[in-house]
Amino acid sequence: MTNNLDSMTFIEVKNLSKTFDQFLANDSISMNIKKGKIHALLGENGAGKSTLVKCLYGVVKPTAGQILINNNHVIINNPREARSYGIGMVFQHFSLFPALTVSENILISLDEKITKKNLEDKISITAKQWGLPIEPTKKVLDLSVGEQQRVEIIRCLLQNPKLLIMDEPTSVLSPQEINQLFKVLRKLANSGCSILYISHKLNEIKQIASKVTILRSGKVISSTDTSKISTTSMAEKMIGKKVKKITKISKNNFLNSSTAISINNLNRKKLSQFGTELKKISFNVKYGEILGIAGVAGNGQVELMNALSGETLGDPDEIIFEDKKIGNTNIKFRRSLGLEFVPEERNGHATVPDITLTENTFLTFYNTYLKNSNFLDDILLSSNMSSNDSKSIINDNDVRCPYSNPLADQLSGGNLQKFIVGRSLKANPKVLIISQPTWGVDIGAASEIRSKLLELAKLGKAIILISQDLDEIYEISNNICVINNGSLSTPKKTSKISATDIGILMGIN
Amino acid sequence: MIEFTPRKIQSSFWAILSPIISIAITILIGSLIFKILSYPVIESLYQVFVSPFSRPDRIADIFVKACPLIIIGLGLIFCFKANIWNIGAEGQFILGALCAGSFALLFPETKTYMLLFSMFIIGFAGGAIWASIPAILKVRLNVNEILVSLMLVYVAMLFIDFIVRGPLRDPMSFGFPLSKVYPDGAIISKVDFPFIGYLGQFHYGIFIILILCPLIWFFINKTLPGFQIKIFGSSTRASEFAGFNKNKITFYVLLVSGGLSGVAGVIEVSANMGRLQPEVSFGYGFTAIIVAFLGRLNPYGVVIAGIIIATAKLGADNAQMVLGIPKVVTGIFEGMLLFFLLASETIQKYKISIRKDN
Repeated sequence: MTNNLDSMTFIEVKNLSKTFDQFLANDSISMNIKKGKIHALLGENGAGKSTLVKCLYGVVKPTAGQILINNNHVIINNPREARSYGIGMVFQHFSLFPALTVSENILISLDEKITKKNLEDKISITAKQWGLPIEPTKKVLDLSVGEQQRVEIIRCLLQNPKLLIMDEPTSVLSPQEINQLFKVLRKLANSGCSILYISHKLNEIKQIASKVTILRSGKVISSTDTSKISTTSMAEKMIGKKVKKITKISKNNFLNSSTAISINNLNRKKLSQFGTELKKISFNVKYGEILGIAGVAGNGQVELMNALSGETLGDPDEIIFEDKKIGNTNIKFRRSLGLEFVPEERNGHATVPDITLTENTFLTFYNTYLKNSNFLDDILLSSNMSSNDSKSIINDNDVRCPYSNPLADQLSGGNLQKFIVGRSLKANPKVLIISQPTWGVDIGAASEIRSKLLELAKLGKAIILISQDLDEIYEISNNICVINNGSLSTPKKTSKISATDIGILMGIN
Repeated sequence: MIEFTPRKIQSSFWAILSPIISIAITILIGSLIFKILSYPVIESLYQVFVSPFSRPDRIADIFVKACPLIIIGLGLIFCFKANIWNIGAEGQFILGALCAGSFALLFPETKTYMLLFSMFIIGFAGGAIWASIPAILKVRLNVNEILVSLMLVYVAMLFIDFIVRGPLRDPMSFGFPLSKVYPDGAIISKVDFPFIGYLGQFHYGIFIILILCPLIWFFINKTLPGFQIKIFGSSTRASEFAGFNKNKITFYVLLVSGGLSGVAGVIEVSANMGRLQPEVSFGYGFTAIIVAFLGRLNPYGVVIAGIIIATAKLGADNAQMVLGIPKVVTGIFEGMLLFFLLASETIQKYKISIRKDN
């Protein structure tokens, strides 16, 4: 079927393979994208989605295989050539300079020469035409994440693309913004532009795309109309096995227990120029409770995490654990009280990438190891202890390592995250504060991590879950609140807050 | 097209080979420079790299020259591992020498080596105090330590110049800016090797390296503070997450590094000069930066690197004497060596392959 080209196909990929070293990232992939259709590309992390897309956008060159555009062979050497063929791409991580205005950002990336004034007019026209309201003279640092994405989309649209590639576009958007984006995408498709939509969110794919290609370990597993496949079978094809259903614990005996940690009028300055100031944050978490903090990235989650962990300090009574005022105590002390933390950034914050897992275990456990010991002879002893602990973390959490005791950055994202969560659990915490636990983690690992959190709550531990993933928040939280521009909404029971409510609390209409 | 793929596993093969390659390229380009300046290439290279090994006393002098470079370099390992850029070792060296020297001159006629022992402590303190200025400014006000430590070098140079011309000038020095000669108890004597006798200027101070080097290796690799320094240098946020005290680490690495530079200053003056003079260092503090990097911030590597650089420095002296090649040539060699060394790190971090374009 793929060989039978018709005029409706814009781009066709034939037996495309790409190897890195000995690693086969794409294994003779064939697919085609029809004109004016929204085509979804589904796969777990490491399935080869981004490699394939990078081949199409000329960022990497395929090792073998062909790309045909309008039935002609093409070789795409770099993104500029890709653009000249009418391919535009919106990356998951935006490449905008915060200190420059919208039009300046677009100006530097355009291949053609144009004056700033003309460009600004052009941006306004395009923005109006597609329903992407944006102020060209505004600085990017004043824009919300959704607006920044619009800038990226407009940047592509100015080049009149025939194919727009969107890499995980909704991971940073609120429900309302997602609806808006989908409207734009449909309008674009109707005008004849093809869209390659990369995602691992099954519902979205079902909602927006007409066709879906599923990749697993570099191979095309299935390519079919979205109307002919259920989300469950999409998920199974994607991960290659049945998905374990998480069952929420209906009975939790601890839920009426005492308050574990309470936050009272917590204020913090922004961490960087582009950070968010925290304003009068207050909430309580009981033992046995999972409190979900939803919100679009960049609304103060990082600052909140740092304040809770003790990496930034404030007044003592801003944070009260049991009956101790700990707002001014450091992370070491808070750990010794039984608090544990899993920050958002896996590499370089929760772990050091270029040291081994044993050393990374030592990193957060050294205080316990060295507590009751004297200086020299215990260094060797504690390295034994961290080696044992690291082994048991690896075993208990099914962390798959390429060999025993690898460097942290040699693990895949999901495995590293399992290790980090496992390390926190190993400390047997009373309170676990965890941020974006399954961000960029494959479905299998994500569901394992979520089950662990539920188990922990069942054991009567308190959990604060900061997450952008609304599905995740709904799946495991008892109470939900929303962080928006550094302020936190009052927590509400999960059953009493709808996605629309959350969207409104996110502050975007 | 040349393709760079990040290596998953750091190649220890290249870690060892890359300094060797850097040295080879330096020699190659160096020969080219000799050629362009129309000096005899082979003869010049011989003078620079081989002649320092041609006699036992010359070999001994390599160690004498390498001694301050290695001791300062060992101290700099602490700073550079923590990503703290102490560029002012030269000034800390001078202050160490000056403080210890002034103390020694308070006790003329002293013969006991207790004096020398105290001088080591005072010299360490002098260097450490000088380094504590950028440290305090960095920790309290977030002032860039590169600028402060560098500028303090010039302050230190002028300060010792003032002291030696003023308060400490020997009245019997016929107007030369020299202090009195140190008492016997402040002098590090030359080594009288059994059956051989004295070898060049080889002195007892050099043996301190034998103690320092393994000690520092153990500290960096096997102790918690050493671990903290490494983690702090490779990932600040992770070290804060672990609960390491950022300010403490910054402060102590500068202190230790400054202190060891001070000790190097004490040894240099007590062993080779025997009195204070306006010029006690000849750029050792700056050259040691290259030594620390050439040695890959590994204590044993620093020892080897110190010896290599010292060889080139002595070789340049010989080349000047024999062939009239200006001594600044060593500066060029040092610069090239550092340049190629940093460039060769790419080979370590990335796998480079050449791919044919279709």
